Amino acid sequence: MNWLVVLPVIVPFAMAAITLCLRNHLRLQGRAAIFGALVHLVVCMTLLTRVAKTGIVTIQIGSWPAPFGITLAADHFSAILVAVTAILGLAVTAYSRAEIRAGMLAVGYQPLLHILIGGVCGAFLTGDLFNLYVWFEVMLMASFGLLVMGGEKDQLDGGVKYVMINLFATLLFISGIGLLYGMTGTLNMADLHFAVQQVEHKGLLTAVAALFMTAFGIKAGIFPLFFWLPVSYHTPPVAVSTIMAGLLTKVGVYALIRMFTLVFIFDIAYTHGILLAAGVLTMIVGVLGTAAFYEIRRILSFHIISQVGYMILGLALFTPLALTGAVFFLVHNMIVKANLFLISGVCRQKAGSFELARIGGLYKNHGLITILFFISAFSLAGFPPLSGFWAKFLVIRAGLEAKAYVAAAAAIVVGLLTTYSMTKIWAEAFWKPAPAAESESAPEPENAAQGRERYDFWLYAPIVVLVILTLAMGLAPAPFVNLAGSAAHELMNPGIYVDAVLGGGR
Amino acid sequence: METLLSVICGFMAAASIYLMLSGNLIRFIFGLVLATNGVNLLIFVAGRLSQTRPPLIDPDAVMAAQPLANALPQALILTAIVIGFALLTFVFILFYRAFQALSTVETELMRESEPQEGGNTEHGGQAGVAGIHGPGGEGA
Repeated sequence: MNWLVVLPVIVPFAMAAITLCLRNHLRLQGRAAIFGALVHLVVCMTLLTRVAKTGIVTIQIGSWPAPFGITLAADHFSAILVAVTAILGLAVTAYSRAEIRAGMLAVGYQPLLHILIGGVCGAFLTGDLFNLYVWFEVMLMASFGLLVMGGEKDQLDGGVKYVMINLFATLLFISGIGLLYGMTGTLNMADLHFAVQQVEHKGLLTAVAALFMTAFGIKAGIFPLFFWLPVSYHTPPVAVSTIMAGLLTKVGVYALIRMFTLVFIFDIAYTHGILLAAGVLTMIVGVLGTAAFYEIRRILSFHIISQVGYMILGLALFTPLALTGAVFFLVHNMIVKANLFLISGVCRQKAGSFELARIGGLYKNHGLITILFFISAFSLAGFPPLSGFWAKFLVIRAGLEAKAYVAAAAAIVVGLLTTYSMTKIWAEAFWKPAPAAESESAPEPENAAQGRERYDFWLYAPIVVLVILTLAMGLAPAPFVNLAGSAAHELMNPGIYVDAVLGGGR
Repeated sequence: METLLSVICGFMAAASIYLMLSGNLIRFIFGLVLATNGVNLLIFVAGRLSQTRPPLIDPDAVMAAQPLANALPQALILTAIVIGFALLTFVFILFYRAFQALSTVETELMRESEPQEGGNTEHGGQAGVAGIHGPGGEGA
C-alpha cells in the first residue's frame, strides 16, 4: 500500500511516454492527456486522504534501509502540495486544449508538460537531498523546453536568461550537497537532522546553509535574486506561464521550508533572521515592481515575487501559526496565481493583447470572465471572505504574536498595494471602453462557430473550477487550515518526520 | 593533496564566475563547463581522498575486513556529469537559436523580453501575437 507514494511520480511519467507515442494522433493525445491528469488527481487525492488519516507514508526504494537508499516520504506538507500540483496539472492540461496549437503539440508539448508535473511531484516527495537535485534537474529540463517552445524572439531572450540563472542556482545547490555530504557523511534528510547536530564547526555549516538558501532563493525568486522571473514568465504561451507561475517558484519555497525546518535549525537567530529580512524586502520590492508595468503577465509575475515574500516570512517567523500560514498561503497562492494567469490568457483571446493600453471593454462584452477575474483578483489582494484573506490573516497574526511588528506592518501595506495593482488591471482591461483602432484587429478565434463552444468550454472550465476552489477555501477555511496546521505541526516537530523515515531505529 | 585540489576548485570557481559575468554567451558556456567540472571536483574532495581498497567484499563475508574507499561521491559525480552534459547540449542549441533570432551574443544587447527604455506601452514580444498565442489548433 505504500506504493501510493510513488504513484504521483509514476503516473505523469507514464503519461509523458504515452503522449509521446501519440504525437501523430493529436486528437487522441489530447484526450489521453486529460485522462492522465484525471488519474493523477485521483492518485494524489488518495495519497492526501491516506496521509491525513494515518500520518506520514514512506517507502524505501529498492528496500534499501533508510539512511542508505533513497526514501520517498509524504508528510502532510508534501501530500498537500502534491494534491495542489495535480489540480493545477489538470487545469492546465484542460486549458491547453483551447490554447496550444497543433504545431507545438506535434513537437512534444504534452510529454514535456507531464514530465514537468512528474518532476515537481518527485521534488515534493523525495526524502533524499541528491534525489531532490535530480528532480530539480528533471523539472528544469522540461521547463526549459516548454519556455522556448515556439521560438519567438522574446521567448528565446527570456529563455536564455532563465536558463543561465537556473543553471547557476543548480550549481550552487549541488556544491552545497557536496560540502554537506563531506561534513556529515549522509544525504538522507531525516538522517541529516541528527548528523548536522554532531558537526563540530557550526560556522562552516552555516556557510553551507547560506549556499542552500541562495540556490533555493534564486528558484523561489526572493529578493534580491528574482530578476530572472519577470523577464521570462511573460513570454511563453499562457498555459506554460501558468504551470511555471503555479509550480516552479513554489518548489523553491518548498525546498527552503523543508531544509530550514528539518536540517538547518541549529542557528535560527542567524539563518531565519536573514530569511525574515529577505521575506519582507521580497514582498515590498515585488509589489512596487507591479506599479511600473502595464502588461498583464508582467504585473502578475511581479506579484508572484511579492507573494513568495509572505511564504518566506511565514518560514522565518518559525512558529506553528506562522508555518500554518505559510502552508495555507502556498496552497492559496498556487491556485489563485495560476488562475489569474489563465484569466490573462482569456483576456488576451477576447480583447487581443496583454498590454493594458491596447485592451478594454471586457466588462461590457464578456461578463463571465469579469466575474471570474474579480473574485480571483480580490482573493489575491486578500479581501474577506476569500482564501487570500485567511492566508494573510494567519501570517500577519503570527507576525504580531512573534512581536515582528515591522514585518506584520509591511505585510498589511503590501496587501493594500496589491489591491492597487489589481485595480489597475480592472480599470484598464475591464472598465475602460475598448480602444477603437485595436478592436478590429482583435483576433476573433478563427475556429468555425460550431467549434467555438467546445473551445470556450476548455478555456473557461479550468478557471471556473479554480475560482470555486478559492471560494471554498475562503468560505469554509476550517478543513484547509486544519490540514495546514497538521503540516505545520510536523514541520515544527521534525522528530515525527525523522521517526517515520528512519523507522524509529535511531 | 586535498589542499591542492581545494585551491584548484577555488580557482575554477573564480575563473568560471569571471567568464559567466563577462556578458557574452560564448564565454558563459565556457564558464559553465568550468563551473560544472569545478563542482564535480568539489564533491570528489569533500568525499575525502583516501588510498584504500576498492569497495568490494568477499562473496561470503558480511562486512569488509579492511577499510574501503567511499564509492558514493563517485556515483554522485557520475550522475552530475551525465546531467551536466545533457544541460550543456541544450544550452548550446538554445544559445545558437538565440543567436540566429537576435543576431547577437552580447547579453547587454539582448533586450527583447525586457521592458523598453523610457516607457513600456509596447514591447517586442507583441510581435508574437499572431504566432504562439493563438487558439488551439487540434479542433477538439
